[in-house]
Amino acid sequence: MRLIGLEDVEDIALGASLLGAGGGGDPYVGKLAAMAAIRECGPVTLLDADEVPDDAFVVPSAGMGAPTVLTEKGFGSNTEIQALKDNVQRFFGREVYATLPAEAGGVNSMFPLIVAARLGIPMVDADGMGRAFPELQMVTFTIGGVRTTPMAWADEKGNFGVLDTISNKWAEDVARSVTMVCGGAVSIMLFGMDGAKLKECGVHGIVTRSQQLGRAIRQAKHLAAEEGLTPEEFFLRFTGGHKLFKGKISDVLREMRGAFNYGRVKLAGIGDYKGSAAYVDFQNENLCCVVDDRMVATTPDMICLVDAETFMPVPTDALKYGKRVMVVGLECFHLWRTPEGLELAGPRYFGLDTDYIPVEERCKMAVAEGEVA
Amino acid sequence: MYRLGIDVGGTNTDAALIDENLQVVAAVKSPTTENVEDGIVAAMNAVLEAAAIDRDQVGWAMLGTTQCTNAIVERKGLSPVAILRIGAPASVSMPPMVDWAPDIASACVADVIVGGGFEADGKRIAPFDEAAARAFFESVKGKVEAVAISCVFATVRADDELAAAVIAREVLGPEMPLSLSHEIGSMGLIERENATILNAALDRVSKRFTESFARALREAGVACAQAYLSQNDGTLMTLEYARRYPILTIACGPTNSICGASRLTQVDNAIVIDVGGTTTDLGVLQLGFPRESGVAVTIGGVRTNFRMPDVVSIGLGGGSIVRVGEDGSVTVGPDSVGFRIAQEARVFGGSTLTATDVAVRLGMAQVGDPALVADVPQELAEAAMAVIRELAEDAIDAMKTSSDPIDVILVGGGSIILPSDLAGTSTVYAPEHAGCANAVGSALAKVGGEAEILVSYDQVPRDEAIANATEAAIAAAHAAGAVPGTVTVVDAEDVPLAYMTGHTCRIKVKAAGDLQA
Repeated sequence: MRLIGLEDVEDIALGASLLGAGGGGDPYVGKLAAMAAIRECGPVTLLDADEVPDDAFVVPSAGMGAPTVLTEKGFGSNTEIQALKDNVQRFFGREVYATLPAEAGGVNSMFPLIVAARLGIPMVDADGMGRAFPELQMVTFTIGGVRTTPMAWADEKGNFGVLDTISNKWAEDVARSVTMVCGGAVSIMLFGMDGAKLKECGVHGIVTRSQQLGRAIRQAKHLAAEEGLTPEEFFLRFTGGHKLFKGKISDVLREMRGAFNYGRVKLAGIGDYKGSAAYVDFQNENLCCVVDDRMVATTPDMICLVDAETFMPVPTDALKYGKRVMVVGLECFHLWRTPEGLELAGPRYFGLDTDYIPVEERCKMAVAEGEVA
Repeated sequence: MYRLGIDVGGTNTDAALIDENLQVVAAVKSPTTENVEDGIVAAMNAVLEAAAIDRDQVGWAMLGTTQCTNAIVERKGLSPVAILRIGAPASVSMPPMVDWAPDIASACVADVIVGGGFEADGKRIAPFDEAAARAFFESVKGKVEAVAISCVFATVRADDELAAAVIAREVLGPEMPLSLSHEIGSMGLIERENATILNAALDRVSKRFTESFARALREAGVACAQAYLSQNDGTLMTLEYARRYPILTIACGPTNSICGASRLTQVDNAIVIDVGGTTTDLGVLQLGFPRESGVAVTIGGVRTNFRMPDVVSIGLGGGSIVRVGEDGSVTVGPDSVGFRIAQEARVFGGSTLTATDVAVRLGMAQVGDPALVADVPQELAEAAMAVIRELAEDAIDAMKTSSDPIDVILVGGGSIILPSDLAGTSTVYAPEHAGCANAVGSALAKVGGEAEILVSYDQVPRDEAIANATEAAIAAAHAAGAVPGTVTVVDAEDVPLAYMTGHTCRIKVKAAGDLQA
C-alpha cells in the first residue's frame, strides 16, 4: 500500500501514454482532472492486488467517448462518479471496495484516480490490459470469465443508467449509442468482480510500472549518466524494451473506418538501421512492425514509437513526415499469450495473416539468422 | 512614402526602411535596452539617419515585439484578472489553471464555473446562469483590471460568452477589458481558456507597449506614420486591435523573419533558416505565410492552442564552438561564444575556433581577417563543415512534409556559415539585407481582413456562399488599407453546425494584401 499524490500523477500519465502503444488518447485532460481531484480530496491509496480481500467487490472505471469531446467537457465530475457508484451498488447489492483502471494505457489510466479520490476508496495497482486496446471486451477479465455488464454509466448532466446485455458486443454497441446521445462522452463502471478473481486475471502492478516508465522517460538523460549507460541503453534496460528499429518517418497513410483510425507509418532507417526500411500498421493502437519484409513484433505485444532523442511516446495522431523515432517492443502480460488471450487480441483477430510469436522470440530469431548470414 | 519596420529581439532591436518600390533603403541593428522604448527610438534614429530622408515621408511604422512573451515568461507586470467559465455541469472536473505554476496563477484574483455551454453539435448542456455570472462580476468589482470569459464548445456557439460579456460591462463598466475565448483560441477548452487568461493578464503590458510605441514615433519625429503591430500569423494589426489582443503578438519574431525572407526573395514556398549567434530557427513558408504549429504550444509553462508558427530550433549558430575530440572527431556547438563573437572568434583576433572561422577558412565568407585562420588545417575545416552541413540538412528534412526537394532561404547574421548546396533542397537563396529580415518582415507584412458568415447550404449553394464570404473578407482587407489586386485568401474553413437545420455551416475566410505604398 502506498499513497498517490499530486507529484506522482505526471509520471503515471507519461508512462500510460507509452503503454498506450500509439493509442489510448492523450492523458492530458485526464491528468488535469486527476490533479484537481487529488488537490480537493487528498491523495489516493494504492493497494497491491494481493492486499485486496478475496471477497471484496472491486469495479474498474473508465471514460468512454470521443477525444475532442473530452478536451472540451472533461470527465469524472463528482455528480457522475456518485451516480456510477450508487448504481453499481444498487444493482449488485454490494458495496464497492475499490476501483482500478480497466485500461492503464492512455487517458483512461487517469480516470480511476479521480474516482478513488472523489469516493475516498482505494485504487488497486492492476488493470485488465497492461496497455490500451480499442474494444471494451479486450481485457484479461474476459479471459477470466468476467462479464462486461452489468455496466453503470453516467453523464455530467445527471443522466445515468445500468446496461445489462446478452453479450459483450451488445454492451459495446449500446454503450456507444448512449455516449452519442449524451453529447459524446460518458463515465462508466464495468467488469464488477471479487478480489479473488482480480488476483487471478488482472495485470498486477501496472500503475507502479506506468509511474516507473514515466520516470525513466523523463529522466533518461540524467539517470543514464549515473549508471554509466547511454540514454538509449538506459531507456531500453529500464523499460525492458526490445529495440526493433530506428528511423525517420517517410510516409503516413491514414483511413477512418467506423470508430477506428487505421493506417500505416513507413520508416527509413537511420544510424545502425541505415539502408533498412520498416513499417508499423495501426488500428488506434499499433498492431505490427515489419522490418525489411520481416515481421518483428505483433499484437498483443506492445509496439511503441518514441522520439529518437527524448523517448517521449509518439501517438498515432502525432505521426508526421520527418520525425525521428525508435520503435520499441514491450512484452505483453502473460495471459494475452494464452489461446484465449490470442483469440481476443492476437494478430489474427486484427486480420494479420501470421501466428503470434512473442517479441523476444522474434528478436532472438533475427539475431540468430544474422549470425548465420 | 516610406515604411519603417522595427523588430525588438532579446539582444538587438533591428530597424529597416523600405521605399515605395518595396526596396530596402537602409537596415540597422542596435542593442535592445532595458526600457525597450529607448532602444526603439535609437534604432529608428539610426536607420533614418543612414537613409537620410525627410521624416515626414515615413507613412507607416510597424513594430514586432517580444514584450508580451517576456512578461509571461518573467511573470512581470501582469494585470489582476477574473475568470468566468460557462459550462457547468460539464468541465467542473478540470477547474481553470489546474496545472499552472503558482507564480503565474497568482495573476488570477478569482475564478468560477457557472451553468451553461454547449455540446459538440450545438445542443445546450444547461441554460446560461446569468444570475451567477452577475454575482461573480459584482464580487470582483474593484479588484480586477481585466476579465477572461470561456465557455464549453464556444468554438461551436459563442452565444453564452457574448451574453456574459454584456453582463460584465453592465457590472464592471464599459471600459473593463474583456477577453472572450472564441475570439482567441480553437478547440480544446483548457488550452483556449489558458490563452484567454493570458490575453487578459497582458492588459497592462499591451497598454504600455502600444503607448510607448506611439510616443517613440513622436520622439523620433515620425509624426505622420500610421502605426501597426506584427501578429504571429504574419499580418499587421492596428494599435487599437493590439491593445485588445496582445496575445497575438507572441512569437511574431520568427514569423517576421519568415515573412521577411519571403519578401526579400519574392519566394512564397520555402524553408526559412534564420541563423543567429547561438541557435538556428527553421520555419516553413507556405503561400507567403508561416506554417502554423499543429501541436499545443507552451508559453512560460502555460499550455495554449492558438496560432503559432511551426518553428524548430537547433544548437547551431555563427558563434558555435568547434572542437576536436581525443579520437579526432570534430564537433560543432551546441555551445557558442554568443554575442562575444566579435572578440572571441579567430577571424576577429580571438582564440576560440567558431563556425564562422570555419566558413572564412573555406572561403565561403569574407568577415574579419582571413589571414588569422590560414593556419587552421583544411581537413579540420572540412570536417567541421561536414558536421554543420549534417545538422542543417537533418533539420531541413525534419521540417519537410514530403521527400521532394524544396527551396531554402537563408537569413540572420549567422547564415554565412551554411553551404549553398544543401541536400534535399532545390534552390538556396541568400538575399541581401538577410541580417535584418525580421525588421523587413515587420515593415512589409500584409494587412488582413476576416469575414465570418452563417449560411444554410440548402438555401445558398456552398460555392456561392464561400464566394460571398471571400468577397466580404477582401472588402475588409481593403478597408484596413490593403491595395486592391494584391489581396488573396490566406485561410478558409467551413464548419458544419449540426444543431441547426438545413445544412447550416459557419464559413470563415481570412484575406490579406499589401499595404498601400
